[in-house]
Amino acid sequence: MTSSQLLGISTLGYLVASALYIATLIFKTKKSGIAASAVTLITFLLQTTGIGLRWYESYHMGFGHAPLSNMYESLVFFSWAIVIFYLLLEVKFNNRLIGAFAIPFAFISMAYASFGKGITQEISPLIPALQSNWLIAHVVTCFIGYAAFAVACGLGCMYLVKSSAEDKPDAGLIGTLPGLKVIDDIIHKTIIFGFLWLSAGIITGAIWANSAWGTYWSWDPKETWSLITWFIYAATLHARFTRGWQGKRIAWLAIIGFLSVIFTYFGVNFLLSGLHSYGSS
Amino acid sequence: MSIKKNSIWSFFASVKLALFVLFFLAIASVIGTVIPQNAPPDAYINEFGANMAKFFQILDIPDMYNSWWFISLLIMLALNLTICTIERLPNVWHLVVQDNLQTDIDRLAKMRPSKEILTSLSPDEAANRARASLAENGWQAKEAPRDAGILLFAQKGPWTRFGVYAVHTSILVIFAGAMIGSHFGYKGSIMIPETRSSDIMYSFSNEEPIKLGFEVLCKRFTLTHYANGAPKEFRSDLAILENGKEVLTKSIVVNDPLSYKGHTFYQSSYQSYKKFLVSLTDNQTKQAETFLIEPGKEIKWPVEDITFGIINREMTETPFLYKYKVWFKDSTGVAEPFWITDGDTTTVKRNGKDYTFALKEFFATGLQVTKDPGVWYVYFGCTLMLLGLMVAFFLSHRRIWVYIKQEDDETSVLISGNTNKNRPTFEKNFDAVNRSLEEKIKSRS
Ligand code: HEM
Repeated sequence: MTSSQLLGISTLGYLVASALYIATLIFKTKKSGIAASAVTLITFLLQTTGIGLRWYESYHMGFGHAPLSNMYESLVFFSWAIVIFYLLLEVKFNNRLIGAFAIPFAFISMAYASFGKGITQEISPLIPALQSNWLIAHVVTCFIGYAAFAVACGLGCMYLVKSSAEDKPDAGLIGTLPGLKVIDDIIHKTIIFGFLWLSAGIITGAIWANSAWGTYWSWDPKETWSLITWFIYAATLHARFTRGWQGKRIAWLAIIGFLSVIFTYFGVNFLLSGLHSYGSS
Repeated sequence: MSIKKNSIWSFFASVKLALFVLFFLAIASVIGTVIPQNAPPDAYINEFGANMAKFFQILDIPDMYNSWWFISLLIMLALNLTICTIERLPNVWHLVVQDNLQTDIDRLAKMRPSKEILTSLSPDEAANRARASLAENGWQAKEAPRDAGILLFAQKGPWTRFGVYAVHTSILVIFAGAMIGSHFGYKGSIMIPETRSSDIMYSFSNEEPIKLGFEVLCKRFTLTHYANGAPKEFRSDLAILENGKEVLTKSIVVNDPLSYKGHTFYQSSYQSYKKFLVSLTDNQTKQAETFLIEPGKEIKWPVEDITFGIINREMTETPFLYKYKVWFKDSTGVAEPFWITDGDTTTVKRNGKDYTFALKEFFATGLQVTKDPGVWYVYFGCTLMLLGLMVAFFLSHRRIWVYIKQEDDETSVLISGNTNKNRPTFEKNFDAVNRSLEEKIKSRS
């Protein structure tokens, strides 16, 4: 078995898991929920093995490096981080319905990695600037943060769906979602978690830049966009802590914040130019 | 204090302003990512037209992040943070150091969570048991007589209230570090050919030479490739010379610079000259000499009566690594060629004589030089920010009071708690204390 086969199967696995979670949301069958969790867990294990194997294969090719060095590898890691974050959430809040709003992100990320235009899956050696442990720390911290923000965005959608259907008497499938207060609370905690990791991600990135070319901050578009994202979430946290914003507003901000994450991640590579151009290959 | 009442002060103390500033910083930052920065003036005219280009010039858009208005936004943020902190810190300080044994007894019953237990035990005995159950759950209580009763108080993490302020201060520290860097630091570059040294660098901002105060020697530069031709490593063996004496040597690569006396030297580029460095030693006489040669040219070393030159090259088994054919004649009259791989050293044997011959392609290493005395403030600020965020997000100030008082022929034990955040976790802690307290009080012994 090669890593690319395993990662291919993972893509399929997350597709099946997404379908099962959505089915659970619609049909409220306990069995499909259990199946969804099982498929997710098994796929997650396969994906973890796939990532590990890719790492091993790179050593076999004579230029071993952690599989976090290009667009393909970062997308796979992004999806991996979303799933582990979601699984922990599922256990902690003992609720499977959130999966319908989270696992599709993991699938989309894998699908995009596999089929996206201009994304190569090849394991390639690292150019000198990328040979740094700070780079690994940077990618890991950023993507844990991004994964949390993806889940927060899913939860934000869930909140809006639920609150728009709140007045209707028999809200059907919506009625099975967790209460608004609970969703609101999870969104908030998820954003806090993501914010901490994003901060760490920006900082490790700055340290890496400084060790590679002596400038910790150069206002390159990718750096700037990560800072914009950081400002958005900082404002969101302040709006909540000090001005008491809750519910719909925070749900919208979770969605807006994640759009900024997406732009930082893809938009900058494809629409703007800068130092981080490695992401475009 | 009168200044605190004035409206400019309260404008800067408000969190609303913080939201606006963060919002505008986000919007403004977008502009600089969409409109290319620091391009030549013509580029703006070509892309956006003369009028628009002029408008950009007025607003400093081509160097937006250093423009007066962007810097003003950052200063607004700093002022906002500082003044907001000055406004709030005294209250927080008070909350951290206050004597909670003086808390108004009437407030205790209104706290959430709180619970009253009635018992026939004497107040002193009830207090003993309360103290024990607090201690059992990790709460060290202090106590004082209050209004004919006894008040016990225990708390955890009062200092965690400073977490937010550590985060806010860290932003100011980072700003300070950035300012120190831009006022007292500079950046530039040097190109040093192998075997040469330099004591000046050229500033990026105005291309003026800057004296380093010491010399940097490039002993050797090596470039290696992956099998696919991509560069694998740029490595410079550097030495620092003070008055011509080596005081420090280090081999640097990208991501691992050399620092000396506030200057840091980063591997950033290289230049190739299609020339070769040859060092030749006569192992009998110990005469040695280094030559910078071009291929195809005949080189003479009159002292030793030697003539040599590079006459051919071939790729070795290692991709992108070459070997060179050298023609070599010495005083013995033997003139035979030999092969040597780039970077290698070999022994050339002739009738009774032998020589050490080393050859490598000649490069100059391109170093970026940075002096940034602010960087450690920035790093300190970053560390403070992460620690502060963890404290602010995950730790809380939790307090528990137990008030015991004789009421008619019974003793009332009132337990109340308070936390500044993360209530669900605190309620679990509180319940644990409460349960243990109830058990102890109900048990006979
Ligand atoms: C980008 C800059 C900023 C960051 C990263 C930041 C970060 C934070 C964090 C992490 C908290 C903690 C919330 C909690 O209690 O869990 C907080 C609270 C707060 N921030 Fe900021 N902040 C920033 C800018 C500002 C500014 C400019 C102001 C100016 C007024 C401000 C005022 C406050 C206030 C009043 C609180 C609530 C403090 C409390 O709970 O007592 N912040 N901030």
